[in-house]
Amino acid sequence: MGAGHAVGVTHRLYVPGASPVHRLPPQCKLVAVLAFVLLVVATPRERFWAFAVYALLLAGVAATARIPFRTVAKRVVIEVPFVAFAFLLPFVATGEETAVLGVGLSESGLWGAWNILAKGTLGVVASILLAATTEPRLLLLGIERLRMPQLITQIATFMLRYGDVVAAELGRMKVARASRGFEARDLRATRVLATSAGALFLRSYERGERVHLAMLSRGYDGRMPLTHDVGATAAQWTAAAALPLAAALVTLAAWMTP
Amino acid sequence: MHVPDGFLDAPVSVAAGAVAVAGIGVALRGARRELDDRTAPLAGLTAAFVFAAQMINFPVASGTSGHLLGGALAAILVGPYTGILCVSVVLLMQALLFADGGLTALGVNISVMALVTVLVGYGTFRLLLRVLPKTRASVAGSSFAAAVISVPASAVAFTLLYAVGGTADVPIAKVATAMVGVHVLIGVGEALITAVTVSSVLAVRPDLVHGAHDLIKPLELRTAEPQAGGPAEPSRA
Repeated sequence: MGAGHAVGVTHRLYVPGASPVHRLPPQCKLVAVLAFVLLVVATPRERFWAFAVYALLLAGVAATARIPFRTVAKRVVIEVPFVAFAFLLPFVATGEETAVLGVGLSESGLWGAWNILAKGTLGVVASILLAATTEPRLLLLGIERLRMPQLITQIATFMLRYGDVVAAELGRMKVARASRGFEARDLRATRVLATSAGALFLRSYERGERVHLAMLSRGYDGRMPLTHDVGATAAQWTAAAALPLAAALVTLAAWMTP
Repeated sequence: MHVPDGFLDAPVSVAAGAVAVAGIGVALRGARRELDDRTAPLAGLTAAFVFAAQMINFPVASGTSGHLLGGALAAILVGPYTGILCVSVVLLMQALLFADGGLTALGVNISVMALVTVLVGYGTFRLLLRVLPKTRASVAGSSFAAAVISVPASAVAFTLLYAVGGTADVPIAKVATAMVGVHVLIGVGEALITAVTVSSVLAVRPDLVHGAHDLIKPLELRTAEPQAGGPAEPSRA
């Protein structure tokens, strides 16, 4: 459930700064985060210490990037639906049971819950750090650099650029509904809400048509002009590799130890 | 409900990633055929719409509320290929910017929430339209059916993936009952809002409902009939 996004939120994700993490090219950071998360997922769940080290590594990145702990903590709530699921697991899973505080809980369910909580949270925190240190626009340039088809990045660019506009339009509709005494109480509200959704779609699509014409009149030929490039040097790649390399050592150690 | 990292094991995540890449590849080609150089702005704005529409909360049952997923809605409004692209881009952005859904689970999320909902939703919609009379009511009805089936279908797809690569051994029957049960409820809300949205767009700009494009009658030229007794006198009060 995407419960976390409010109106006009995209530009509040980025925490401006000039730390070494901020300055790394986006594609390096993307590869580093992806490799890190893959390694975390591949770690056997019985090695508690490995997950503690991963968390320390992320804390190190956050400290280098000077991202306040509170910023990260506030955004972790996106995970809540799955945390709820994880807490249910010990009660519904089968297998051997252990007694915790007098309640019989499934052992494999407890392991499953721990697995989801630990790996999910590490993944969420890694993504939060990525978004907090990289401007959304640069993030898109980064995925384009990583050979994502240009059409996808173009669609994503338009979505980002007009996301706030469309969301603001939705906000104005909400104000208009509220000022006419509307309150969503039960199923009968669907008609009003869906009519708003329909109007929102029409406005968005027609805006798309106007944007396309405006682009054509400025010489658009299906490709976006590259205004600035984000090349990465070997040194930058090496710097970005610090996190996944450290994580790889941990993963290796976790697999080797009995 | 976006799947986070570590929920499914690595092989299943990778396999789902491959399915997602293949699906998006097909969708890219199809969308270019549907929209050619208009693809980027139109699909982009539709993605922004899907993203915003997911913020509309509607009351489901006493006190709880759900929100739109939008797979079936996007497919009916802009066509299946563009629909897949829009929902996938929304999921990609949610994973990258909001940490909503794990990066390693992106393939799973795209397969389950973009590919399955759009394919099942649009398939149902077109099949029903083929047998139903070509009226606005049947478009609304088919949209309802498409959305109400697409949401549990996506839950079933997730359950199948979970059966192969789940990281906790919960009996599959239990997962299936819980997932499908919850999603049938969500599906009804989704279906209501999808049907009314499609029908309200159809009333204003029927040319923008891609799924119902064969319902549009060609414009006919109407000329004023020459009246027998000359122009009617305006009535005086």
